[in-house]
Amino acid sequence: MLETLQPAVAALQAEFGAEVLEFRDEVTLVVKPVHNVEALMALRDRFGFDFLIDVTAVDYWPEDKPRFHVVYQLLSMKNNSLLLRVRVPLDGSGPNVRTSETVWPSANWYEREVFDMFGIRFEGHSDMRRIIMPYEWEGHPLRKDYPLGYEEVEFTFNYEEINLRKPHPKM
Amino acid sequence: MSDFREVSIEELRHLVSDRALTGETMLLNMGPQHPSTHGVLRLLLELDGEIIINCIPDIGYLHTGIEKNMEAKTYMKAEVMVDRLDYLNPLGNNLVYCLAVEKLCEIDVPVRAEVLRVILAELTRINSHLVWLGTSALDLAAMSTFLYTMREREMILDIFEMCSGQRMMTTYIRPGGLWRDVPVEFEAAVRKFIDLLPTRIDEYESLLTKNELFLERTKGIGVINGEDCTRYAVGGPIGRASGVKYDLRKNRPYSGYEKYDFNIPTREEGDIFARYSVRVEEMREFGPVRSNNRKFVPPPRSEIGVSMEALIHHFKLWTEGFSAPQGYVYSAIESPRGELGVFLESDGGPKPYRVHYRTPSFANLQIMPLLSKAHFVADVVGIIGSIDIVLGDTDR
Repeated sequence: MLETLQPAVAALQAEFGAEVLEFRDEVTLVVKPVHNVEALMALRDRFGFDFLIDVTAVDYWPEDKPRFHVVYQLLSMKNNSLLLRVRVPLDGSGPNVRTSETVWPSANWYEREVFDMFGIRFEGHSDMRRIIMPYEWEGHPLRKDYPLGYEEVEFTFNYEEINLRKPHPKM
Repeated sequence: MSDFREVSIEELRHLVSDRALTGETMLLNMGPQHPSTHGVLRLLLELDGEIIINCIPDIGYLHTGIEKNMEAKTYMKAEVMVDRLDYLNPLGNNLVYCLAVEKLCEIDVPVRAEVLRVILAELTRINSHLVWLGTSALDLAAMSTFLYTMREREMILDIFEMCSGQRMMTTYIRPGGLWRDVPVEFEAAVRKFIDLLPTRIDEYESLLTKNELFLERTKGIGVINGEDCTRYAVGGPIGRASGVKYDLRKNRPYSGYEKYDFNIPTREEGDIFARYSVRVEEMREFGPVRSNNRKFVPPPRSEIGVSMEALIHHFKLWTEGFSAPQGYVYSAIESPRGELGVFLESDGGPKPYRVHYRTPSFANLQIMPLLSKAHFVADVVGIIGSIDIVLGDTDR
């Protein structure tokens, strides 16, 4: 681990009980969902992580505890391009987590995408609509229990027929 | 998919002003089928006369489910899909994916391949900037620039075709190196192109930079300051046009960019014209390749010949595919539009468990409402052009 990264990691370990993982020289902090906003706020204000590169998620279905990880990729522009990743594990198939939009406005669209693709709701988000899939879409495509491929193209005339044998995604 | 549902104004209530409900202001759809939205971008504009009160971008019309599809393919097969993300930057997409896979599997890349990757990535950057210059000038009614930039772009596509047999969807950069070595004519073709390019850029500039009509439409329009750029995670030429001097090639070098000498053009104004001049200057820079002739010459092919490891890697990757160790990595490059990153997670199997592309167009488009507020409808066209979005990149 880089020396410059250590104060931030140590502080989050002490204050929020974050678990530290290292892989290929990349540092990941696993933070409990109850602390996510506070931890991110601390990283922004006290350790100079001013740039939220990305928010995404990973589905570990059929595991249930935790089923999802929300992944925040942070960058400190002023502090010599430090990179840090924060992962927040979430249980169950319809999880809620507080929004990080208050910390970085850029999280707005990223979190909408995570909601759209994984069905993770962000509490307090200003605009929690689907962003990529159509409004009337059912299910969340990037979940692992969502079927992929070998599906017939649906039209209005064959919708009923296909719908009967289609493996439905769980909401 | 169930029945189609109209989206009511109630659902967008939090995004429009009170006056939209009474009909005092007008809601107008721009796109998704509109020639100047650079693809299938839909903007919902709330207008007071011709002034924009609110702008609500709606994306997803070009969603192709690439991330989902990649989960079902082996690492090598999945790569073919990434070309299609940002179709103006196919080699950049390849490169960042390969960097992630290489990081995950701890593969070393032969020096020659690395140098060639840099040359190809820079050519792709020029390619993308040429298309941007042509189309965004076209949006502002400067028709002839488009014809000239397409002429030069053709030369780059010819070089890609020479290397990979494909003009756009090359999949030429592969985990562990390149698909194969470049042909002997490659060097001459690239040299010819980079000798020609500066004079051609002069031509474009003579059409635009001092053109009163162009200046009128670009100066002081769509302004964003550097602080907002950072808050909204906007990077690349847009950030650099607003004084955020951040370029991954300098700040977090990859593929040996630290060995080259080149400048990062920046501006302070943050308007359309600043973004225009940053990109044009970036084309002139053509950094690594121009800076030092000796570095441009790739190391001899014999290096691949004697390095058994490079050869075996190449062969194995091709015939069997490979299982990557369990874990997750993030790697990023400077695409023509900003930070292009890949988050790659492996469960130890031969297929990626989760691939996520952090695409610059997606992040950059988010500032559209900020930029277009209180401008005319006609300026929206210029602003979209100056953000330089590629919808394939936005929707993935």
